[in-house]
Amino acid sequence: MSLFGVFDIASSAMAAQSIRLNATASNIANADSATSSTGQPYRAKQVVFSATPLYANQPQAVGVKVAAVSEDQSPPRLVYDPKNPLADGNGYIAMPNVNVVEEMTNMISASRAYQTNADMMNTAKTLLQKTLQLGQA
Amino acid sequence: MLSKLDAFFAPDEAALKLRGMRQEVIASNIANGDTPGYKARDIDFGQAYQRALSAAQPARLQMTQTDPRHLGGNPKQQLETDLLYRNDLQPSIDGNTVDMNTEMANFADNAVHYQASLTFMQQHIAGLRAALQTQ
Repeated sequence: MSLFGVFDIASSAMAAQSIRLNATASNIANADSATSSTGQPYRAKQVVFSATPLYANQPQAVGVKVAAVSEDQSPPRLVYDPKNPLADGNGYIAMPNVNVVEEMTNMISASRAYQTNADMMNTAKTLLQKTLQLGQA
Repeated sequence: MLSKLDAFFAPDEAALKLRGMRQEVIASNIANGDTPGYKARDIDFGQAYQRALSAAQPARLQMTQTDPRHLGGNPKQQLETDLLYRNDLQPSIDGNTVDMNTEMANFADNAVHYQASLTFMQQHIAGLRAALQTQ
């Protein structure tokens, strides 16, 4: 019954979007973390999605998986703050390269995508329930 | 008798199966709305349905095999259909061609058509039941 595939597709997308939401949350939470366990400023993490066929013999069902969580390689934001103990010789500290506006956009996009997939599951559920009632007087 | 029942319900069954399959294809498109490089796909329901209905004739384009090592070709199964690519309206810079509005509209449209097919089948069952009952 191919409608069950919609559940698998939607759930794979919801899992992927929730990982993206997690990454966004980490990025916003660490937007001011000038240092981390590695001693370097925090780098923004970006989740990369890839399409993946869910079943071997059914090319029409394509889910989503997280291919990689990559670190943003753009240079850190330099802030002039000579009083800070982390400041370099010129008085600058390296702050995380998190773009908060970008992260907020990511957050909205991820949560909307999550909602859309939940709606999709509801529709598939309704259709399957109606199918189960088929033939009942 | 049973084969007659089978043939009686065959069009409904084919329509429901194809609608279910199309629902899956569109669900994949919506799920991959943020996947870089993903190309939106769809099936041609009308064509697939016609093919399913005409599948009663056997040996469509089946190649003759006079030796077991001959290739049998790849004739389409009854409900097999071509997965087509959608013409992109506004492709993203990352190569994604999913247009969320189109996909949501198609998803809703296909769900309604699925329910319509269910209603048709329900009517067929009701008709059959009326014929079976003693008056």
